Amino acid sequence: MGELKLMKGNEVLAEAAIRCGCDGYFGYPITPQSEVMETLMARQPWNETGMVVLQAESEVASINMVYGGAGAGKKVMTSSSSPGISLMAEGISYIAGSELPCLIVNVQRGGPGLGTIQPSQADYFQAVKGGGHGDYKLIVLAPASVQEMNDFVDLSFELAFKYRNPAMILTDGALGQMMEKVELADFKPRWTDEEIEEKSGSWATTGKPSSRKKNIVTSLEMDSNIMEANNHRFQEKYKKMEEDEVRYELFHCDDADFIIVAYGSSSRICQKSVEIARSKGLKVGLLRPITLFPFPNKIIAELARKAKGFLSVEMSSGQMVEDIKLAVYEAGRNTRVNHFGRTGGIIHTPEEVVEALEDKFSWELNYGVKRSY
Amino acid sequence: MTEEMIIAGFGGQGVLSMGKILAYSGIMEDKEVTWFPSYGPEMRGGTANVTVIISDTRISSPILQQFDTAIILNQQSMDKFEKSVKPGGTLLYDPNGVLTPPSRNDINIYKVEGTKTAIEMGNPKVFNMIVFGSYLKVRPILSLDNVEKGLEKSLPERYHKLIPLNLEAIKKGQAIVETVQEV
Amino acid sequence: MELKDLIKPENLVYGKTKILEDEPMHYCPGCSHGVVHKLLAELIGEMGLQEKTIGIAPVGCAVFAYKYLDIDWQEAAHGRAPAVATALIRLKPDNFVFTYQGDGDLASIGAAEIMHACNRGENILVIFINNGIYGMTGGQMAPTTIEGMVTSTTPGGRNVDLNGYPMKITNLIAQLPGTSYVTRQAVHTASAARKCKRSIKKAIENVLDKKGTSFVEVVSTCNSGWKMTPVGANTWMEDNMIPYYPLGDLKDSVKGENSSEN
Repeated sequence: MGELKLMKGNEVLAEAAIRCGCDGYFGYPITPQSEVMETLMARQPWNETGMVVLQAESEVASINMVYGGAGAGKKVMTSSSSPGISLMAEGISYIAGSELPCLIVNVQRGGPGLGTIQPSQADYFQAVKGGGHGDYKLIVLAPASVQEMNDFVDLSFELAFKYRNPAMILTDGALGQMMEKVELADFKPRWTDEEIEEKSGSWATTGKPSSRKKNIVTSLEMDSNIMEANNHRFQEKYKKMEEDEVRYELFHCDDADFIIVAYGSSSRICQKSVEIARSKGLKVGLLRPITLFPFPNKIIAELARKAKGFLSVEMSSGQMVEDIKLAVYEAGRNTRVNHFGRTGGIIHTPEEVVEALEDKFSWELNYGVKRSY
Repeated sequence: MTEEMIIAGFGGQGVLSMGKILAYSGIMEDKEVTWFPSYGPEMRGGTANVTVIISDTRISSPILQQFDTAIILNQQSMDKFEKSVKPGGTLLYDPNGVLTPPSRNDINIYKVEGTKTAIEMGNPKVFNMIVFGSYLKVRPILSLDNVEKGLEKSLPERYHKLIPLNLEAIKKGQAIVETVQEV
Repeated sequence: MELKDLIKPENLVYGKTKILEDEPMHYCPGCSHGVVHKLLAELIGEMGLQEKTIGIAPVGCAVFAYKYLDIDWQEAAHGRAPAVATALIRLKPDNFVFTYQGDGDLASIGAAEIMHACNRGENILVIFINNGIYGMTGGQMAPTTIEGMVTSTTPGGRNVDLNGYPMKITNLIAQLPGTSYVTRQAVHTASAARKCKRSIKKAIENVLDKKGTSFVEVVSTCNSGWKMTPVGANTWMEDNMIPYYPLGDLKDSVKGENSSEN
């Protein structure tokens, strides 16, 4: 068993980065995630593992530093919160277009604009639909505990390198600021130059030896036929992720009439809502998507065969609910899909979720599934 | 066993660190723990509160409306959280910062003269440990051995010389807590 | 004597620059980019740096720089080359990293990144091509466009009341303690090109010696954008650009020792 600690989600992100052999972190302060860089600077990993930590002049610079490091085959990451991620959008698109692996952490806060520093889940669309320009996808992981904040750093890098694609940990201020018991991973050494050559030598800019052709990291292609072929290749990659990398968790779904779908800190709240609802005799279950892209369509289709309704519970005005509706539609079902969520930094309570469920599905609670609406 | 509690008072009273020591002591007892603070501008010079959950099983929501125990250290927090204690639950408060004492009759109420005792002990900083001791007396969910280990884990090494003083304050708190009503 | 008897290594007086690819360049005849590419390629070859070099190409006319030099390259987002280079030199301190940027890329959209990379004293070489215009997008005003100069977005000539003043960004860069060698050169004559090569060589040596950022501005022509003949552009540059952007070293020092002459 690894070392047990009581840590904040933000602190754990930093510790996990050091321990998984991350080569570089580049970031810019923004609430509620500044502890990530503060923890790294206090830990001074450059003395321990050789990891580079640099406070950049802006989020724009941070993400382009990540682009540079990733282009050289290094394990690099940045973290920010919602407005900062918007600033990074161009760079993220370049990284996806150049097929580079990296980790981006979004500790979400309420928006739009400067919004609030309180937690939110309103960047779902931005995370799972691309966020920047062009047809691309990020691998998006949504931790629901401080332990998963720890575990998903290493997992993100693993997936990012497997697919040569940027990965994002989409979390929020609540998980970032919360302390929980966490079992830290053992230290993994950083990759040596030889290991990088072995893993990424065919594409990374390591300095051109006479034994190979030059490597060029670029997303530019003026020949439309090649550019279209590149896009097809990207789409194939995303399809493969949808086949192989979907992760989710089910809680009391076996006999459930109603399925709450929630991720991240909202899913924690909804777990309690399920307990409350069941104590009132309502058969409610919880589907917690762990990967937001790829989205767990198949299990939704399967659950839709029996469920009388889905309730998407997000700290937003309703974003993931659209993906649930698509999954239900594509499964040829007419199960009703509703949304409930507080915004602006307010976190819904378990009781509010149960009330919303009873209110929004009053018809189904009384009569069952309608044939048409 | 699941203990869902809130500790609420002014910033500077050691609310967050009391919660942290509690949570760490829980880990020493091999339990699941969650520590969820109020954060941001509401922390600046105003009230501070932290939700701590200690449980034998996986913890669900870190955000709660109802608590098994509330430790209340100022009037604002009394106004806000007295009503959030579950019927049959526990409310512990320091009368020093509370003008209107709790009035519910369906909960256990205890009071501790924490501020006064801390001044008598010559160190206002042990205030939160006195209150913590009183809590442990009325809700004996953690052993003193594990609390000591929790202190060691949560305090930076340079403060370890203060552990005996903290333990003394905890014991003092255990001794001086007064029962107002038990249901 | 036949031709094949003449082609022997001992008779070689001039050869193709090895680091330059056979790829035909897309630059207009008369453009300074080709000359600067050649100088860089010669130096990387002569100094034996091919295996250590990572170049960062900009957005602008030199966006395809990666096609012409046989080294590893990264193509940066517009203006962000210094951030890309920062990560590379921090993560790979034994490599030689340079950025190659135009005036729009470096002095306009990327003004923050270049300032901060130079201020941190990143051990990188910056090649800054200043031709006073946006060549790639069709001849719009650049921050370095001189007063009165006609561009597609200043059809009446640059009016400082409307557009502000032409930016001497190299002078600003020289003020930053992170920079070691800051110079302004040109390549419009053979002797200017030779001098420019000597400057780039010195800049590379400084970078390899970890003395801080070295910055070489090359006052350049864009005869297409300026709507002139190549020869006319050279003359116009001498008469109008160089008086405002005088050639020569602005700073020759070591990171942290601010000996700017400005």
